[in-house]
Amino acid sequence: MIKVNNEDMDFTDGMTVEDVLKIKKYSHPMITVIVNGKVIPVDSYSTYKVKDGDVINVIHMMSGGC
Amino acid sequence: MTGKILATYEYTPAKVERGYAGKTLYINLSDMTIKEKPVTEKMKELFVGGRGFGLWYLWNAVSSDTKWNDPENEIIIAGGPICGITQYPGSGKAAVVTLSPLTGCPMDNNVGGYFAPLLKFSGWDALEIQGKSDRDVIVFIDGNRGKVVIEDASDEPADTHLLAEKLTEKYADSEEDKRNISVVSSGKGAENTLIGMLNVSFYDVKRKAVRVKQAGRGGSGTVFRDKKIKAVVVKYKGVTGDSNNPADKKKIINAALRLHKEIFELDKLQNRMREVGTANLVEVMNDYDLLPVMNFQYGSHPDANRITSKVFREKYFTQNVPDNCWYGCSLSCAKAVDNYEVKTGPYKGQKVCVDAAEYETIAAVAANCGIFDPEYVIEANFYCDTYGLDTISFGNIVGFAMECYERGIINKEITGGLELKFGNADAALELLHQMAKGEGFGKIAGQGVKSLREYILEKTGADAKLLRDISMEIKGLEVSMYVSKESLAQQGGYAFANKGPQHDEAWLIFMDMVNKQIPTFEDKAEALHYFPIFRTWFSLQGLCKLPWNDIVPADNAMTDEPHKIPAHVQNYVDLFNGVTGKNITKEELLLQSERVFNFQRIFNLKMGKGTREYDMPPFRLLGPATKEEYESRAERYDKQLKELGYDIEGKTTEEKMALLRQYRESQFEKLTDAVYKRRGWNKNGVPTLETVKKLGIDFPEVVELIAKYQE
Ligand code: SF4
Repeated sequence: MIKVNNEDMDFTDGMTVEDVLKIKKYSHPMITVIVNGKVIPVDSYSTYKVKDGDVINVIHMMSGGC
Repeated sequence: MTGKILATYEYTPAKVERGYAGKTLYINLSDMTIKEKPVTEKMKELFVGGRGFGLWYLWNAVSSDTKWNDPENEIIIAGGPICGITQYPGSGKAAVVTLSPLTGCPMDNNVGGYFAPLLKFSGWDALEIQGKSDRDVIVFIDGNRGKVVIEDASDEPADTHLLAEKLTEKYADSEEDKRNISVVSSGKGAENTLIGMLNVSFYDVKRKAVRVKQAGRGGSGTVFRDKKIKAVVVKYKGVTGDSNNPADKKKIINAALRLHKEIFELDKLQNRMREVGTANLVEVMNDYDLLPVMNFQYGSHPDANRITSKVFREKYFTQNVPDNCWYGCSLSCAKAVDNYEVKTGPYKGQKVCVDAAEYETIAAVAANCGIFDPEYVIEANFYCDTYGLDTISFGNIVGFAMECYERGIINKEITGGLELKFGNADAALELLHQMAKGEGFGKIAGQGVKSLREYILEKTGADAKLLRDISMEIKGLEVSMYVSKESLAQQGGYAFANKGPQHDEAWLIFMDMVNKQIPTFEDKAEALHYFPIFRTWFSLQGLCKLPWNDIVPADNAMTDEPHKIPAHVQNYVDLFNGVTGKNITKEELLLQSERVFNFQRIFNLKMGKGTREYDMPPFRLLGPATKEEYESRAERYDKQLKELGYDIEGKTTEEKMALLRQYRESQFEKLTDAVYKRRGWNKNGVPTLETVKKLGIDFPEVVELIAKYQE
């Protein structure tokens, strides 16, 4: 189990940050991903492997017509 | 051809000093008075400019009994001290203030186009129009010659795409001169509905076309046409980077360089505003279940992929032309569709340039009506613009009427034969043309969702509670295009907004619902204190909000308060100080806003509203109002009820809906208490005596007014 934005999410072996974003449907272009307090660079979303028990925060910025 | 001259006024154009011309222009159309008023130091100190000036003039012009169509009502258009600089992106906006036909209270809009900067450089910090003419007029301000003329305009067309182009041709001395002209106009729709808006033009040199931006919300165009104004035109030649005569240009340039660099490096990785404008939000909102679908019943739809920015970019937007609505805006979000051939209505067959399409419009006219057709979006966008109709209100009205039709509450007898089923683009367009002509069901629908609900109730005796639950208006204004069901903070953002539910006061859905950054009532109340106040500031200055948070520095996420975009707040402090020569801090920046924000709240009170009961939203803003909505997201709602400790085994959908409703309504009440407290208001939502004293707006009239509401 991992935690994403304060909600439990099932963990699967080999899961990357990109997978997490896909499952959560987090498609907003202005996000920052923080795993256990550490910011993950955008270009490593597809390679950064999440570990069981990780706490992930995906911070969305406001934007657009809003 | 020039219409008969009804009044002329000659003046010596003031030189703008440190962002202010020092004078405002007053016109009374009842007796054709034209005169100037001084801008006092006190006005600058307390109300700054833009919306602040507008509210102050309007406050002095109207009494508690004034209605929107009384001659005392005014339309004030004003930029602000920063307005008109060409170095920093987003610095050409106008605030428009008037008493709204939909809400009966002050309405403010922040609109692009060249009007406010050209007005200021013509010598006027604001234009204040009162009274009512007995015939159609055009007001023409020639800022180089120092002349204001009111002309008979009985023979001119009302609709914007004809009028703005004609007047640009008429007043420009040459092709080159067209960029020195800006036209404010509306259209036939504004004459025959209460949802009329104002178009503000600028001449697009690259496209060789007149473009328009909209002051959309709350019926400003309706007031404009009720005063019998066809257009207000300003002409000023000679804009330079120094036209504001700023105190410290270096400060402005340094801030500007930082932002331009961010935009050029990062926009392509962030919101792609330069490429697609705000249309990028269609796909984002659909993914997060926030896109209003079928009168806000749902937050997404499988067919939404037909109206995404990708579709508009590939098939419709004219490519490779980053568009801005004032000089120097490198964020350039103002997209357009050139050479669009109109398919319906009086202009069928004409080829036009449509300022299409922004997120709000796509969501309102398309998704909210269950119509997923990009060409319909452009057609509806074109007609709303030229008729002078607000796309957000239009989409709400059609969505509401369609839901009533589908639920069997209204039928063809009421709609005059229109088959108002979700997805019926032909019926939506027919209704649009009827609204513009003031005919048939369009005449009734054009009065807004609130009025339509009352009409339906009277005609059908339908369930009043259900109708209130599903009619998406607060204070009489239709809700803008975000589903707030899962974000308590945004429910407050909409419900407490001074002018009615428009997202420009607060947009907190991501912070609240997705990021979970503001979990407690106190956290939400703090956000609902800070952001509405901060955002008010743009409209005091003549600034666009988008360059604040639609582009952020690369290291923004590492800052203490990423959502405030601290680096950009510092830019704004620098801009204000650079232009005016003052030396405010970011706390003083907030104070400027807080003052005007509270003054506007008190203005609502003056108009007999502005208390807690007027901050009550329809239930659909808070949660699932119908069985279909609940069941479409049953997993989500069931889970929430279980987490709240309810035993839902064997319960019917209706029973579960009742439990959820009770819970959400109580949460909303708690939020209301927390927000009012944080804002320095009492439990009835009225600023306390202490608050108005702290803000320096304790004028005798204010104190007397709020005294009646103190506990
Ligand atoms: S960001 Fe868009 S709306 Fe704002 S000033 Fe620039 S072009 Fe105009």
